[in-house]
Amino acid sequence: MVKVRVNGQEQSFDGDPSMPLLWYLRDELGLTGTKYGCGVALCGACTVHIDGQATRACITAISDLGGRSVTTIEGLDRDGNHPVQKSWRALNVPQCGYCQAGQIMQAAALLTTTKNPSETEINDAMSGNICRCGCYQRITAAIKAAATGA
Amino acid sequence: MTPVHAVIENVSRRGFLKGIIATGSLVIAAEFLPARAALAGYATGADKMPHGVRSDPHLFVSIAPDGTVTIVAIRSEMGTGSRTSLPMIVADEMDADWSRVRVVQAPGDEEKYGNQDTDGSRSLRHHIQPMRQCGAAARLMLETAAAKRWGVQPGEVTAQNHEVVHKASGRKLGYGELATDASALPAPAADQIKLKDPAAFRYIGKGATPIVDLFDITTGRATYGIDAKLPGMKFAVVARPPVFGGKVVSFNADAAMKVPGVEKVVTIEGTPAPAKFQPVGGVAVIARNTWAAIKGREALNPTWDDGPNGSYDSAAFKGQIEETARRPGKVVRNDGDAEKALASAAKVVSAEYYIPHLAHATMEPPSATVRIADGKCEAWACVQSPGGTREELAKKLGLKEEDVTVHVTLLGGGFGRKSKCDFVLEAAVLSKAMGGAPVKVIWTREDDLRNAYYHTVSAERIDAGLDGNGKVVAWRHRSVAPTILSIFKPDQTHEAPFELGMGLVDVPFDIPNLRCENGEAEAHTRIGWFRSVYNIPHGFAVQSFVAELANATGRDPKEVLLALIGPPRIVDPRKSPEVADFWNYGDPFETYPIDTARLRRVVELVAEKADWGRKLPARHGLGIAVHRSFLTYVATVVEAAVDDKGHVTVPRVDTAIDCGFAANPERIRSQIEGAAVMGMGLALYGEITFKKGRVEQSNYDSYRVLRIDESPPITDVHIVPAGIEVPSSGVGEPGLPPFAPALCNAIFAATGKRIRRLPVGDQLAA
Repeated sequence: MVKVRVNGQEQSFDGDPSMPLLWYLRDELGLTGTKYGCGVALCGACTVHIDGQATRACITAISDLGGRSVTTIEGLDRDGNHPVQKSWRALNVPQCGYCQAGQIMQAAALLTTTKNPSETEINDAMSGNICRCGCYQRITAAIKAAATGA
Repeated sequence: MTPVHAVIENVSRRGFLKGIIATGSLVIAAEFLPARAALAGYATGADKMPHGVRSDPHLFVSIAPDGTVTIVAIRSEMGTGSRTSLPMIVADEMDADWSRVRVVQAPGDEEKYGNQDTDGSRSLRHHIQPMRQCGAAARLMLETAAAKRWGVQPGEVTAQNHEVVHKASGRKLGYGELATDASALPAPAADQIKLKDPAAFRYIGKGATPIVDLFDITTGRATYGIDAKLPGMKFAVVARPPVFGGKVVSFNADAAMKVPGVEKVVTIEGTPAPAKFQPVGGVAVIARNTWAAIKGREALNPTWDDGPNGSYDSAAFKGQIEETARRPGKVVRNDGDAEKALASAAKVVSAEYYIPHLAHATMEPPSATVRIADGKCEAWACVQSPGGTREELAKKLGLKEEDVTVHVTLLGGGFGRKSKCDFVLEAAVLSKAMGGAPVKVIWTREDDLRNAYYHTVSAERIDAGLDGNGKVVAWRHRSVAPTILSIFKPDQTHEAPFELGMGLVDVPFDIPNLRCENGEAEAHTRIGWFRSVYNIPHGFAVQSFVAELANATGRDPKEVLLALIGPPRIVDPRKSPEVADFWNYGDPFETYPIDTARLRRVVELVAEKADWGRKLPARHGLGIAVHRSFLTYVATVVEAAVDDKGHVTVPRVDTAIDCGFAANPERIRSQIEGAAVMGMGLALYGEITFKKGRVEQSNYDSYRVLRIDESPPITDVHIVPAGIEVPSSGVGEPGLPPFAPALCNAIFAATGKRIRRLPVGDQLAA
């Protein structure tokens, strides 16, 4: 039995302890905002926060999460108005949108540790998140906008 | 024209067999034509698509008593913005307030909604006129209802911003108050409908309307194919034959069943080639969650009979098709006498290019959920072809089409992959095996890359003859590539007209002796549409070769490009008898001719905006390329920098696009920005290779796509302004073809090294 907090709610799971958090969130809790893209931490689509740290849910076994606190895109901000979410909308970042939850979670984590990131810091933090539509130019702009409140 | 070619004329990406039957199209055309004529618009191929096109507001618009206007989106959203742009056009024409508009997605129902295939960069170009007409008709119905209510002449009332106003008396009625009366009216005759003066547009052409799913996407609420949730839903993954056409010989079902959570192991029959959109077969593991299914599959330990494609080796195939391109092929365009002119030329320049197989690698892999209950089937699927999917599901399950519902989710990328419904058919087979329980099929990334429909693989050879002044007097282009027809019909070894028309026989150059040939090539895997399709190899060869000619004659590439395009004129490839069946993207040539004035304009515009010839640091270079595809003209200038280790970066990209009237400039920009990123990833890394019939790549490590730290920091998009009378043309695909040649031309300018084989890979490594 693993006890874990997800978006502020206590959950307990007594299934396969090797199940990755990704499938636990999606299949067991119905939190499908966290996306599958590669299964091996190559694309970042499944990025969530574990105790505030951006983490790939696809390679994080549920058994490693006892007592930890998980935040998904659904729990990032109650009203969906985290500064990163707002700037993403202001700059019309998404195309198909599939990778964007992971991008937003990664960007939000970056801004908690680096208040005003340089382009290099943005690239370093975001290079694990793939966007096949190619929204990168706008992602960079949106992170800068969120950082400066512009 | 052979029957196959006649069919392809009107084909959409799924519609090949549909087209053969082609019963509905004429009827629909007859229904639609009078309406279109009355619009005094321009002709498009929309009414010739399977099931044609609709514009009746009763189908698309409904209004609630509170005034909420619901508009039906009939095209799938995969990132181009069509789910927003089409309803936005309706809303503007009917003077609805966009903040009070709700968009709902149509299920697959082409008898009702007309053609729903989201492919071929057609959605906006085929619907801007019908959607305007639909909105204008709705507006007239609202005005008529209000006039009746007040007992005044319809001409005395005006719709504006969600209400109808009687100016003389100052009376007003909101759309919600008029809904019931208006909806009871018949759709007005086409000659009654008056389109808005474009000067009065609030949304069309403004680019200020965010996509309807923006909030949901940024909050994780948006629902894609993989996100379907149904009570009692099971989860399945499938072990598919590693070689296309292979069959399972043995597997250990017991071991899979021992994995906790696994409920059933089911064999899916493959279909002998040509298999169109049928599943490739294999062994499915159905479980209570995805993870159990994945673990169950790992325990299966299947063995396979590889079948006839077990020897497919893409490296060896490269040699074969290159050899074929050195010999004469089937002549597919012939102006003048290129052979004679080559023989007598003062100088001959020749080059061979190779463009590999590609995989779409959509961020959302194929995924679908199907449930069968009481003789009815429901599917939730990320498909570009909901109508075709419905048809195939009905056939597969032996149901009537009206008993099959295809709910269209958002698509986490499409790029042509999701025009093929094989993954939905898998879910149907598995649901049936589970007694109709809902089953979600999930393709892992490895499945997606190893069992895809691949972009073709191509060898292109161009020989040009120059006179004593360096002017090109002869051009012979040989293209050799397996055809997409191979998934539909046996023994297809030549590119079809719809492939030849993508940048080969439509080459817009002013050369008196011009010959295009197509050699034979057999397909050894599933070949499918990939964003911009055969424009990728054809455009890469032609636009790389132009810069090679510039180098060979010591001239500026842009000047050579403009000289080859020649004076402003209409180029009609059909003048060559070999191109009698010319495919103009399914649209009338008269509406969308090949206009070299527009081609020249995008070249000149991009050169001006990019400051062509600007001074650059050492090991930086500029490259230019232009390509017309999907009836749109796109020119790109890439600045490339190559360091002393051969590592390529792109500091800046400029792209000029002439797509006729720009209905949603903001989404046009995003498409072109994205095309630069995808184009750069494909050019640098994109390659699927086969060994013993098996794909050698498996995930984003071995099949690399571009990441943010490698992405061009600046991509400027320059849209050629055009009035609404200029027919809108494609946007989703045409940004891609010019990118790779512009990049490789820039690499040449930076290093003197010519890339003739894609991807660039480590060819520049010191």
